[in-house]
Amino acid sequence: MSETFTKSMARNIYLGGSVFFILLFLALSFDTLGALPKRDNRHNITPQVALGKKVWEENNCLGCHTLLGEGAYFAPELGNVYTRFGGSKEAIMGFIASRPVDGIPGRRSMPQFNLSNEELEAVAEFLKYTSEINTANWPPNIQG
Amino acid sequence: MQYSSQAVAKPYFIAAIGLFVGQILFGLILGAQYVIGDFLFPEIPFNVARMVHTNLLIVWLLFGFMGAAYYLVPEEAERELYSPKLAIALFWIFLVAGALTIVGYLAVPYATLAAVTGNDLLPTMGREFLEQPTITKIGIVVVALAFLFNIGMTIISGRKTVVNIVLLTGLTGLAVLFLFAFYNPVNLVLDKMFWWWVVHLWVEGVWELIMAAILAFVLIRLTGVDREVIEKWLYVIIAMALITGIIGTGHHYYWIGTPEYWQWWGSIFSALEPIPFFMMTVFAFNVVNRRRKEHPNKAATLWALGCAVMAFLGAGVWGFLHTLAPVNFYTHGSQITAAHGHMAFYGAYVLVVITMISYAWPHLQHNAPAANGRAQLLEMWSFWLMTISMVFITLFLTGAGILQVYLQRVSDTPLPFMVVQDKIALFYWMRLYAGLAFFIGLCLYVYSFFAKGKESLASS
Repeated sequence: MSETFTKSMARNIYLGGSVFFILLFLALSFDTLGALPKRDNRHNITPQVALGKKVWEENNCLGCHTLLGEGAYFAPELGNVYTRFGGSKEAIMGFIASRPVDGIPGRRSMPQFNLSNEELEAVAEFLKYTSEINTANWPPNIQG
Repeated sequence: MQYSSQAVAKPYFIAAIGLFVGQILFGLILGAQYVIGDFLFPEIPFNVARMVHTNLLIVWLLFGFMGAAYYLVPEEAERELYSPKLAIALFWIFLVAGALTIVGYLAVPYATLAAVTGNDLLPTMGREFLEQPTITKIGIVVVALAFLFNIGMTIISGRKTVVNIVLLTGLTGLAVLFLFAFYNPVNLVLDKMFWWWVVHLWVEGVWELIMAAILAFVLIRLTGVDREVIEKWLYVIIAMALITGIIGTGHHYYWIGTPEYWQWWGSIFSALEPIPFFMMTVFAFNVVNRRRKEHPNKAATLWALGCAVMAFLGAGVWGFLHTLAPVNFYTHGSQITAAHGHMAFYGAYVLVVITMISYAWPHLQHNAPAANGRAQLLEMWSFWLMTISMVFITLFLTGAGILQVYLQRVSDTPLPFMVVQDKIALFYWMRLYAGLAFFIGLCLYVYSFFAKGKESLASS
């Protein structure tokens, strides 16, 4: 690089640029926090949803599935599974509960997690809550 | 080796490579499970293997970063490490904690691990890449703080070079941002929003500082180019990395419930994110071409140039491919994401750690600037085998991703996820073969270590 562009100029761009964009990011994040109550479906967070999220996390569901597009890409998207299953919590519970212990020969199969009925209902309620978050119309269609 | 305390880097580098081998073995299991769905089921379900694969990656890269810091900080600061004993103690703590965590993943169901480790008290588990039990996370924080103290004390009381300051800034950022791993609200949108403060601001933020500092250190030593020139480049590169990367976080805020203005912020700034990686490539080739000496370690130069190029391709080009909001609407959470993730991590972080090891190891092991010609040749073969394999892994996953996106999300008659997975299985098979080739390259790399032997080149 040319001699007119000195190291201290480069350092100032680094320091000034970083500080400016960190502050801008914080400002945008702060604004986002203010906008979220209208989008994130928080009024539907019940103790049951909280339990559902805990069951979701403690069985590492994200290790195979995506949720709002984040997670692993081995199994279907679940952010809209409540809608895909026809708005039926029973269908979700039935699917999870009926997974064969030894899997399906040659095919991918969800493990049998031996969830209690309370846990099953909570997970289904959590997925219902998730499906009602305003995600700017993502995913593009019902297949997730 | 100029300072005897640099030797503490040795166990860190050995552990890094050992865990790297483990990471790739589990990668092969995952690749097989994509096409043979019941492979190792129910003993090692996909989610467990994936957790091991990604967590081993993070842990061995951290070992690599710490080893790199222990090697380069004393040399830059022109003094011995503040406390070599602390460095060795931290090594064992980190290794044992890491090993116990991996054993926990494999030995018991994840829910049992959560119960045994008291996840109820402070629930942090079950989120991508942050699956570690809460006590492991606390252990990571303790190790990170003690590590920062050790190198910080070394830097403060020694010569303060730009390389050292930038490295310390990056490592401090790494430790501070990890604290968001402990924030896990029930509100899923908030959870996801701040989860990215760890994940994105690590790999597209502070880790780039670490990477650029390591690369700058190695290139100063390999090329003999004036430090002033390289430090100026370093500042410009990390300036661009942070200027683009911080607001670039917005490309994760398109579809998770956050406001839609992020589609503009994210698209514009992350479209600029390839710039620092491109500059890194120009920088690396520029200083190698203007080298003032012929360093005998040709292999290290190859790794350094390969690192810059592959980081640009993987993080820059493959990142740009799906970063614009209208494109990402269709590609979000598909195999395109997986393709980008593989090449970006390999190019930017795997290769920078191996570059450092390649440069430092002859000094550490033989007190010589380079290994013998045969060992270097093997090492360079392993570079090409691993790198070309990774290019193919990425291309096959990209092919799978394009088809997946079309069949599942774009076509007039969208097909269900599992139906699409069957239709694109050919690409998964090809990816698995490319993965096996990568593993052969890795074996060659490990072998080249033993071939470095006694007859190393004398000091030049």
